[in-house]
Amino acid sequence: MTLVFIPTQLRQLTNGVEQLELDVRNVRQVIEQLETRFPGIKERLCEGDELSPSIQVCVGQTLSSRGMITKVAADSEVHFLPAIGGG
Amino acid sequence: MTQEIKQEYRVLGTRPIRHDGADKVTGKAIYTADVKPQSMASGFILRNPHAHARIKSIDTSAAEAMEGVLSVMTAADLPDVTDKVADLGEGTVNLSYLSHNILARDKALYRGHAVAAVAAINVHIAEEAANAIKVEYEPLESVTWVMDAMKDDAPLLHDDVFTKSGGEQSEQPSNVSVHLNFQQGDVQKGFEEADVVVEREFKMATVHQGYIEPHAVLADWNQDGRIKVWASTQGAFTCRQQTAEVLQVPLSHVTVVPCEIGGGFGGKIAIYLEPVAAVLSRKAGRPVQIVMRRNDVFEATGPTPGAFIRVKLGATKDGKLTAGEAWLAYESGAYPGGMLGPGCMCVFSCYDIPNALVDGYEVCLNKPHIKAYRAPGATQAAFACESVIDELANELGISILELQQKNAAKEGTRRVDGPVYPRVGFVECLEAAASSDHWNTPLEGENRGRGLASGFWFGCGLKSSVVASVNSDGTVNLTEGSTDIGGTRTSIAMQMAEVLGLESDDINPRVVDTDNIGYTDVTGGSRTTFATGMAAYEAGRDLQRQMTVRAADLWECKPEDIQITAGVFSANGNQANFKELATELFKAGEPLVGRATVAPECSTNGFGTHIVDVEVDTDTGKVTILRYTVIQDAGKAVHPSYVEGQLQGGAVQGIGWALNEEYFFDGCGEMRNASFLDYRMPTAYDLPMIDTIIVEAANPDHPYGVRGVGETPIVPPPAAIANAIHSAIGVRMEELPMSPPRLWKAIQQNQNGG
Repeated sequence: MTLVFIPTQLRQLTNGVEQLELDVRNVRQVIEQLETRFPGIKERLCEGDELSPSIQVCVGQTLSSRGMITKVAADSEVHFLPAIGGG
Repeated sequence: MTQEIKQEYRVLGTRPIRHDGADKVTGKAIYTADVKPQSMASGFILRNPHAHARIKSIDTSAAEAMEGVLSVMTAADLPDVTDKVADLGEGTVNLSYLSHNILARDKALYRGHAVAAVAAINVHIAEEAANAIKVEYEPLESVTWVMDAMKDDAPLLHDDVFTKSGGEQSEQPSNVSVHLNFQQGDVQKGFEEADVVVEREFKMATVHQGYIEPHAVLADWNQDGRIKVWASTQGAFTCRQQTAEVLQVPLSHVTVVPCEIGGGFGGKIAIYLEPVAAVLSRKAGRPVQIVMRRNDVFEATGPTPGAFIRVKLGATKDGKLTAGEAWLAYESGAYPGGMLGPGCMCVFSCYDIPNALVDGYEVCLNKPHIKAYRAPGATQAAFACESVIDELANELGISILELQQKNAAKEGTRRVDGPVYPRVGFVECLEAAASSDHWNTPLEGENRGRGLASGFWFGCGLKSSVVASVNSDGTVNLTEGSTDIGGTRTSIAMQMAEVLGLESDDINPRVVDTDNIGYTDVTGGSRTTFATGMAAYEAGRDLQRQMTVRAADLWECKPEDIQITAGVFSANGNQANFKELATELFKAGEPLVGRATVAPECSTNGFGTHIVDVEVDTDTGKVTILRYTVIQDAGKAVHPSYVEGQLQGGAVQGIGWALNEEYFFDGCGEMRNASFLDYRMPTAYDLPMIDTIIVEAANPDHPYGVRGVGETPIVPPPAAIANAIHSAIGVRMEELPMSPPRLWKAIQQNQNGG
C-alpha cells in the first residue's frame, strides 16, 4: 500500500486525517481515491485534470515532473509540496 | 544506474585549466553587449518615476517625430496574454504578470517599472526620445515593507489578487497572495516537554544578486517572422519560451543564443528586455540592442525578498530539540510569485524536530518583482533559525556545534513539509567543522567573537541534453545547452572524459543556441554539474555501446564479450583505448555520435556549515571578518577549484547580505542607493581568504556521486556572523543588514539596558 500524506492546509477536508494508505498505481489514482473519500480535495490540488502549477508531487524522494501520470510504488510515500525554484 | 561511487577516479577530482579560460582572461569571450551586427539600432526604456501610479495616458508622438528614431513601443504593442501559467522547468511563471512586468499597462507598480521604449540610431537619441514621451500618471499611495503591506488598510496593488491557501481563495482581494502551512507532530506537547524555549523576531532587507554584467539583449525580428535573440541568460530555452509566450509566436520561430554571462545567481532566468527589443526590431526593420544601466538593474529587476520571521524553538536540558514554530512573511514584490515555499521548507531543514509548525505568507508590495537568488528564501530562514539555535545553545551551556550535532538531519529524518531525506552529508559537515583547524584555534582579543551556522538547499535535477561527436583522432566535441556560469563546461567535460578514459583537454565543450541542442533547463538550482554532467556521462556510455557493437565486428567476437575497464575496450586478446578504437572505427563506417537526454527527478540535498571570526569596532559598529571557513558536502567534487570557487563566492555574497547590502527606500518609495557606489557589496579589500573544506558524502542519485554546490554556501553567512557578533560583544542582532549604523545603535541600546 502507498502512504499518502495530506497537506496540512487540506486536513479540514479529511477530518484531521494526516496520512492514509491507498492501493494505487499513479498520482491520478491517488487523487481520484482521495476525492472519493474526501469530496472537494481534488479541486484544491488540481486545475482541471492536471496538478495545480503551484504544487509539485513528491513520491518517496523523487520530485516528479510527470504530474498525474507519476508512477507510485506500493511501498512509497506521496507528498504534495509547493513548487520551488532555485538560483 | 551504474554506481561508481567507491572507485578511484582518474579525471574527477583533478584541476585542469578551464576550456574557456583563455578567452575569458584575454577579453575574447563574447558577451551580449559585444555582439554588434551592421545596421544595429540601440534601444532605451522609459521607466516610471513613482512607487505606485495609475497610467492615465501615454503620448509617443514627440518621440516618433525625432530624427534618428526608428521605432517606439508601449505595452499596447504586446499581445494580451491570459493568466496562463507556464512551466519553466525550475519554477513556473504567470505570463500575464510577466508581460505586465515587461511593460506596464494600466498601473505602474514600482519605481523603475518600464512604460515605453524607443529604438534609434544610437542610444543617446533613443534616451532623448524616450524622455520626450509624455506619460500622465496619477500617483497612488505605496507600501514597501512586508508587514505594512499585510495590513487591512494597506494600499492594494491588484484588485484581482486573492489569498490562496491550500487551494482555496479568499473572498476579498489582498496583497497577501499565498498562505502556506506545514505541521508535524504535536507542537504544544513538544514545547511542554522542553526545558528551554527561545523565541525571537527577525527582519531582513531586500537585497539584489548584484551580478556584474547588467541585463542585455540583442533581437532581430526577421522579415520571415523568425526572431533571433542574443541574451545574457541562465537558460536559453526558458528565455525562448518566455519570449515566444509573451509575443504569442511559435517556439520554433524563436532562436536564443546564450552569450557568455557575467553572473546571474537566479536573477537572469526571468526575461525583461527580450520582447521589447524584438518588437522594436520588427517595427524598425533592424536588429535592436538594449543594455540596462546599473540603476535599472537595481530598480527594475528581481531582487530577493525582504522578510519578517518569528522563530520559536524548544529543547530539553540534554540538548534535544522537542518543538519548533516559525511564522514567515516574505515579499514577492509587485506581482505574486516569490520565494515563500522554499523559505518555509528550509527554515527547519537542518534538524530532526519531532514537532513543528510553519506558517508562511507571501505579500505583494511596491518593489520590483522578486526573483531567485542562490537558495532563494533559505538565507532569510536560516538567519532566523540559526540565530535562535545559537541562543538556545547559549541557554543550555553547550556550543552551537554540539547542539547541531545532537539534532542534525540525516538519512531518514523527516522534514516538516513531509519528505524523508535519503543519504545526506550534514553530519559529516559538522564532524569536519569539529575537527577543523579554525574551530580548534583559540580566538583571542577584545571585541572578537566566533560564530557558526549551517544551511541547506535542495538542488534539483530537471532536463538536460548532450551530444558527443567523435573526431577522427578520437577527441570529442561535446555540445550542450547549459549556460556556463561557474566553470560547468569543464566540470561537464570532465565527467565525459572520466567515462571514456580521456583527458579533460580531449573534450571540446561548446554551449550552443536553442536550434542546435535538445531542450536543456536553466543553469540554476545547483543542477548543471549534476544533471548536464549526468547527460555527458550517459552520452559517453552511448558512445561506448555503439563502439562495442562495431568493435565486435572488428575483433570477430560478440559485443557482450567486450569488456570496458577504465575506458579501455578488450576482448579476444585485442585491446584498445577510446582514441585508438575511435580512430580505427572512423576509417571504415559511419561517424560516431553519442547522445543523451536526462531528467533526474531528485533533490541533491546540499548541506553546509560555516565558521567565522569577527572583530567589532564598538565605536562605529563596523564588523571586520578576521577568518572564515566554509564546509560543504559536494558529494563528489568534480573540479575542486570550481567547488571552492562556489563556496567562496556564495560565502562572500552572504557576507555582503549580512553586513551591508539593502535596498534603501525613502518615504516616497524611491530606492536611494541604486548604484554600486551606494549599494555596498564586499570587495577583496573587505575580506580575508575564505577557507574551504569539501566533504564528500556521495549522492546515490548520480553515477559519480555528484551533488549541486552553488546555492547552499549563501545560506549560513548572515546567521554565522550574527552569532559571531553576539559572541564578540553580547549583542544579538535581529535585523539585516547588520550595517555599522544599525549595529552601533544596537550597541548603544544594549549599553543602556534597552
